[in-house]
Amino acid sequence: MSTAVVVVALALVAIGGLAVVVTHDPIRQAVTLSVFGVLLAVLFLVLQAPDVALSQVAVGAAVVPLMVLLAVRTIRRDRR
Amino acid sequence: MQVFAYAVGGWLVLVGAAGIVRSHHLVHTVVSLSVAQAGTYVFLLAVGFQWNAVAPVFSTSADTHRAVVDPVVQALTLTDIVVSATVTALLLALAVQIQKRHGTVDPDELRALKG
Amino acid sequence: MNRRLRYLVFGLGAAGLAVLFALALAGLPGFGGDSHPYRDRAVHAALAHRTANVVSSINFDQRALDTFGEELILLGSVVGAAALLRPSRRESERPAPDPEARAVPDSVVLLCTVMLPVTVLVGLDVIAHGHLTPGGGFQGGVVLATGLHLLFLGGRYPALQRIRPLAGYQFAESIGVATFATPGLAGLAAGGAFLANVLPYGQFASLASAGTVPVLSLAVGVAVGGGVVVLLAQFLEQALRYSGER
Repeated sequence: MSTAVVVVALALVAIGGLAVVVTHDPIRQAVTLSVFGVLLAVLFLVLQAPDVALSQVAVGAAVVPLMVLLAVRTIRRDRR
Repeated sequence: MQVFAYAVGGWLVLVGAAGIVRSHHLVHTVVSLSVAQAGTYVFLLAVGFQWNAVAPVFSTSADTHRAVVDPVVQALTLTDIVVSATVTALLLALAVQIQKRHGTVDPDELRALKG
Repeated sequence: MNRRLRYLVFGLGAAGLAVLFALALAGLPGFGGDSHPYRDRAVHAALAHRTANVVSSINFDQRALDTFGEELILLGSVVGAAALLRPSRRESERPAPDPEARAVPDSVVLLCTVMLPVTVLVGLDVIAHGHLTPGGGFQGGVVLATGLHLLFLGGRYPALQRIRPLAGYQFAESIGVATFATPGLAGLAAGGAFLANVLPYGQFASLASAGTVPVLSLAVGVAVGGGVVVLLAQFLEQALRYSGER
């Protein structure tokens, strides 16, 4: 795997992590978290870890953001 | 380049921790924690990486002499990704309960969390 | 502790951690180097047990006891989250809304209906070939559980509730964890160690190979799949409970 690909994947993950943290609204954060999850999966694929990438794409892109959305929705509803 | 990959792991841990510190919403706190956790995955996989090596999955017994990347760190990472998702779920459930009991999820308004 | 003081404490701690981390990096072997002593031993051990996917061999054979520990963490968190999200007595008196009233485009419904069997098949395939190709119980279980929830995306919550008798999945989860221990006890009985690989290793890279690895992988798949279904179900139930009131 060429150096450039590894560097780009790493840089995207570094930026993605920052984006998730600076997103203040938890609903929007579910979206950035999902994108961050996909970026991580791409990085793992680049680092020759297909097993980990598969695990990450299922969990990080779908299950956890969905649970975040549902939790925020429950919290907002309980607030009124 | 030598330390860039390791530094990205450390960066994610610090950024996630910073997110926890300046959080105004417990769900934001939990998500920031998962970013910090992702830093450990990046770090572990970076430690096990080797240039020009392939994934540690063989298809025939003929290619078992090829160089592969370290499978041990991959095994550690992959189980943790799935198990940490359920732990994240537990933390989110706690946030939901805190909203029900105390009527807020802002850590600054929760008196029990004040030091 | 007020916000400014908290930032100050964090800033000092983070700066200290960054310095220590940078010092530690100086002593690490370079990124992408070819010295991986654990790799050499793990690959050797995996090939000795005729397991094509070395990662699965580590998870379900060489370090199966660790995976058993992870399984228990999974069980603990799922039980804890389910207990926390259980509706209180006051809440359970409210009727659940009728989500079929929500307008979902036909194309989405069609897509979800087509994708459901595909996802379930992919999940089963990922579990069944975990010892040969990338995959295994952890990934396959999550794929299966996510696939079932495509029905929710397609707006068919009642259909989802029908194929999701929750008690069944709670049962599946605990059975999965218990099944993981059974081959472990067999290993103990056969005079080896807990979770020793006691089944015949078979032919390298064929479906029936790697001894107990596919068995344990299946047990983990059932446990993870059941656990994630239970979690998503509890969150969905909480989030949708009064949505009809708005």
